[in-house]
Amino acid sequence: MEAVNRRNRAKKYGMVIDLDKCTGCGSCTVACMAENNIPFRKDESDKLLSIAWLHVYKLTNGKPFPHTDVCYLPRPCMHCEGHHGHSPCVSVCPATATDYDEETGIVSQIYTRCFGCRYCMAACPYHVRLFNWWDPVWPDGMEKMLNPDVSVRMRGVVEKCSFCYHRHQRAMEKAYLEGRRELEEHEYQTACTQACPAGAITFGDLNNPKHAVYRLKKSPRAFRLLERLGTRPKVYYLSSREWVRQAGDNHLQQEKQKI
Amino acid sequence: MSTADEKSRKAAAQPSGSIPTAEEGPAPADTAGGKVMAFFFIGLAASLFVGWIVFPKLLYSQKKQPIDFNHAMHVQEVDNGCESCHFFRPDGTFTGIPKLDKCLECHEEVQGDSAEESRFVNQYAQKGKEVPWLVYAKQPACVFFSHVAHVRMGKMDCAACHGNIGESQHTRVYEQNRISGYSRDIWGRNISGFKRHTWDSMKMADCAACHKRAGVHQTSVQTGKGACFVCHK
Ligand code: HEC
Ligand code: HEC
Ligand code: HEC
Ligand code: HEC
Ligand code: HEC
Repeated sequence: MEAVNRRNRAKKYGMVIDLDKCTGCGSCTVACMAENNIPFRKDESDKLLSIAWLHVYKLTNGKPFPHTDVCYLPRPCMHCEGHHGHSPCVSVCPATATDYDEETGIVSQIYTRCFGCRYCMAACPYHVRLFNWWDPVWPDGMEKMLNPDVSVRMRGVVEKCSFCYHRHQRAMEKAYLEGRRELEEHEYQTACTQACPAGAITFGDLNNPKHAVYRLKKSPRAFRLLERLGTRPKVYYLSSREWVRQAGDNHLQQEKQKI
Repeated sequence: MSTADEKSRKAAAQPSGSIPTAEEGPAPADTAGGKVMAFFFIGLAASLFVGWIVFPKLLYSQKKQPIDFNHAMHVQEVDNGCESCHFFRPDGTFTGIPKLDKCLECHEEVQGDSAEESRFVNQYAQKGKEVPWLVYAKQPACVFFSHVAHVRMGKMDCAACHGNIGESQHTRVYEQNRISGYSRDIWGRNISGFKRHTWDSMKMADCAACHKRAGVHQTSVQTGKGACFVCHK
């Protein structure tokens, strides 16, 4: 076979989430659970043990009535670029179970390679990584409803949001059938993006000027979580509320006054 | 000077066929050494026999396909070659093994006098029951494979990965690894892992070697080779 380099134009898939639009309804989490075969238990009240790739956090400005304000913050994996793909989790994994793809900018997790040391969970500043304490138990008949494009995890491994990478795989198959190597923006969208009734989530290639995320990430309302750690996350948030933008990072008291 | 300790060490060393030292004298060591060597080679031959021939036999269980399907004959009968039964859907996914409704186009009733055909028609076609085919190439659940990428973009032949199944007259025995549950076609016939044909085995290393040669998405930060999410899901 001829030695050609078959890699497509480098992309940086990312997300922009408008927190002013998010109502905290949780549709994104539900869509994500169903799409990615995420296990659940009878009693989900202990959130340290339960698994959700996309968690919706509730923030408040801490002020008494009538100045109280609430903001809901959906948090998928940030797919940190770090320095040349050395995101916090990828740098510490001793098993090469998690990896950064320079072509898509997606941080992969291979469950069969993971042996559950959980260094990555300790390294991740965003708590996006979750541990399977048990083998999944599906209610009767639900095995038949599982998504065949996503492999089911087993006890003792770490899992996290993949930006629905299997949808990229499927979209590429259609493109290949049609003789294309590049995807249209709408062909690869995550389940949470499509499920959000408020249209708060936008997904696409942050490098591509034709994609909506390219413009949105440059908005003056945009910020990222814990930006000063240098993780270079690929999930941007939008908010016109000053206190929400400040909540995105750990600011010292005197810094807060400056902003 | 030799201590009791050393003597016992010499004695212990002999059965494993160590070189006799000058002190022991040549004559007795030769016969003893010869016996030891003979036992050594018998043992070696026996363990090689067990390791290369008996173990692989024990490791794999053998299963027959539910129906003996004749590819060579059917390819003549259909209009469109392989693509009559194995084709791409408009969304790019591969149909794989055809479902019963494809067979029913011709097998609503028994048409010839082949015993296998009437068994197929009576047990499956007329009952509307899908044939539970065993897939020789089946990969574990964590693997993503794309036919369209290889067949359309890579312009590869079915035989490059599957061998001559398309021209076969009988289905061959399906061998399943008793430990992993995987088909033998993944690891391959040859337990040493040497390949004579491209289709002899299809382990991760086989996929990755070709991908490296062809330069397919060698974009992993950790390994500098194929990114994991190319072939995994
Ligand atoms: C009439 C429909 C039909 C046609 C035409 C047909 N096949 Fe098949 N094919 C089948 C069926 C049924 C099976 C499953 C039984 C078996 O494994 O032989 C199968 C299985 C296979 C498999 C085995 C997959 C696996 O790993 O188990 C390969 C490879 C294959 N076909 C290749 C071909 C090629 C190449 C051609 C064209 C030369 C072709 N087929 C034409 C029906 C068809
Ligand atoms: C285009 C028509 C056609 C289709 C489609 C077709 N067959 Fe056949 N099949 C035939 C013919 C013709 C024969 C030969 C019958 C005879 O004269 O014995 C045959 C024979 C057979 C036999 C007996 C073969 C032997 O060697 O004795 C089996 C088993 C069989 N078919 C299974 C299948 C299955 C399973 C499918 C679906 C994947 C299928 N056929 C699809 C036309 C077809
Ligand atoms: C690059 C190697 C490669 C090439 C080329 C290839 N295949 Fe496959 N094929 C595979 C692998 C690997 C699988 C198993 C996929 C899995 O289990 O996810 C498979 C599975 C199959 C199956 C069974 C699918 C199922 O589960 O029902 C059929 C049938 C098949 N191939 C036919 C073909 C035909 C026909 C062609 C030629 C047009 C072809 N293959 C070309 C590697 C290849
Ligand atoms: C003999 C060479 C060869 C073998 C063996 C091979 N591949 Fe490939 N594969 C290719 C080539 C060439 C391409 C790129 C086709 C293109 O895009 O032009 C490719 C592309 C792919 C793609 C599509 C990637 C994308 O662009 O999205 C996947 C998935 C894949 N291979 C998986 C596998 C798996 C899994 C195996 C082993 C079971 C395998 N391949 C074995 C040559 C091979
Ligand atoms: C070129 C395709 C390809 C690439 C790239 C690839 N794999 Fe695989 N991998 C496979 C195939 C095919 C199998 C199944 C066959 C086997 O077990 O060898 C597999 C099996 C595995 C298994 C064993 C799973 C099991 O259930 O047996 C692990 C673990 C694994 N891969 C990890 C990785 C990791 C980590 C990476 C990235 C560094 C990676 N793979 C990249 C094709 C690939």
